[in-house]
Amino acid sequence: MPPFLVGKARVSLVFASFTMTKQQANWSPYDNNGGSCVAIAGADYCVIAADTRMSTGYNILTRDYSKICKLYIYQHQHNKQMSCPAMAQLLSNTLYYKRFFPYYSFNVLGGLDNEGKGCVFTYDAVGSYEKVGYSSQGSGSTLIMPFLDNQLKSPSPLLLPAQDAVTPLVEAEAIDLVKTVFASASERDIYTGDKLELVIVNAAGIRREYMELRKD
Amino acid sequence: MSKSVIETPPKGGFSFDLCKRNEMLSKKGVNPPSFRKTGTTIVGLIFQDGVILGADTRATEGPIVCDKNCEKIHYMAPNIYCCGAGTAADTEAVTAIVILLCLCSDMVSSQLQLHRYHTGRESRVVTALTLLKRHLFNYQGYVSAALVLGGVDVTGPHLHTIYPHGSTDTLPFATMGSGSLAAMAVFESKYREGLTVSSPIPFFWSLIFLFQRNEGIELVTEAICSGIFNDLGSGSNVDICVITKGGKEYLRNHLQPNPRTYTSSKGYSFPKKTEVLLTKIIPLKEKVEIIEGGDAMEE
Repeated sequence: MPPFLVGKARVSLVFASFTMTKQQANWSPYDNNGGSCVAIAGADYCVIAADTRMSTGYNILTRDYSKICKLYIYQHQHNKQMSCPAMAQLLSNTLYYKRFFPYYSFNVLGGLDNEGKGCVFTYDAVGSYEKVGYSSQGSGSTLIMPFLDNQLKSPSPLLLPAQDAVTPLVEAEAIDLVKTVFASASERDIYTGDKLELVIVNAAGIRREYMELRKD
Repeated sequence: MSKSVIETPPKGGFSFDLCKRNEMLSKKGVNPPSFRKTGTTIVGLIFQDGVILGADTRATEGPIVCDKNCEKIHYMAPNIYCCGAGTAADTEAVTAIVILLCLCSDMVSSQLQLHRYHTGRESRVVTALTLLKRHLFNYQGYVSAALVLGGVDVTGPHLHTIYPHGSTDTLPFATMGSGSLAAMAVFESKYREGLTVSSPIPFFWSLIFLFQRNEGIELVTEAICSGIFNDLGSGSNVDICVITKGGKEYLRNHLQPNPRTYTSSKGYSFPKKTEVLLTKIIPLKEKVEIIEGGDAMEE
């Protein structure tokens, strides 16, 4: 199953200092477009979701921007379907090539591995990645991640054995969780909202779902 | 035998004792705590015989919404109301009679009340305007409050805007806040002079008055909605306040166009996550003596 990439662009604003010291650069090539994305891996499925709002400052640029993309190029070059771990490495390399002028993009990669189990990889802006059971990135991630930790992770690694990277939830429950999480994030984060795009990958294929979020 | 410390009552006004410390800290890179700003849309318009004020209800702390339903239309006098944008505490402190916030020398609305007692007359909008602009100018823009002041007094309906540095404008329609551009776009295209021109047919006066009032409310609602949906700093619900010679009508949450989009049917539980690693109980020594007999409390 071809993996899916969800990404966010992040801000880096360089403020000019208006004192007697050397004047710094006034223009920055980066702009924060906001938004949030989430991925959850299950025993035989993977749910990837992101909102569709793109904004800059206090304005909305568009309400219908898909942050989820499917990746085909490997298949053309190597004549075989790309596996998720291979894609994970490719993305990491791509990001690291630009280590000194980064793609300011915080990514989450989700899909099924060769055995059909869900897998989710989470990245930082320069390519450091880790295989996890669930992840969120973007402006709403500070609101979403604690809730996911509470619902999906075991309480303390000191007492209970460390849980498998895959959540025990059923697909329908995971979708419900993602919808709730985005509805809550769009209540409190001004950059998250408009529409939620859900992509569910399982043995049967790929399914896209949409849900309306707050538009204010 | 008293100590030489004289207890002085706390002085009013701002205390500037920590300014030097704050300057030193910011040089070392310690950021001051952020204030709760109201990225806002506030509007006002004058219609026949009255003023309509409108505001959204979202208060933000940077990119996070800290209050989804706050009140931005503040009471000044029975016939004068004021919408505030800027630092939430400042707009409230400047206009409210809240006793706690005695940072400023006087709250303008309590000043107006005293003035009413003194003169025996209903407050005028220009009085409130002068008190507010004097207060804000006094603090040279540091009290970051941008206000839309509206009311009806003996001289008629009035609408003013007041900027944080103390300058004012008198306008037939006005918008302030981060969503002011979105709201002004609606006003500039749809505001009619007809809303303020007196009706030539006195027989249909009441009908037309009602029509104009409702038209006015609709226009204000539309302007605020434009701010709510197009500006990220504004959101949630629409508050309206209609002030006329007869009285005022405060329509709190007149429109609620942003309900929660999804509520899970099964709900979520939050099991106790604090794991007990060690239990140790240390009994305290008995410190209380129990005296038998109830004579102590008898008169």
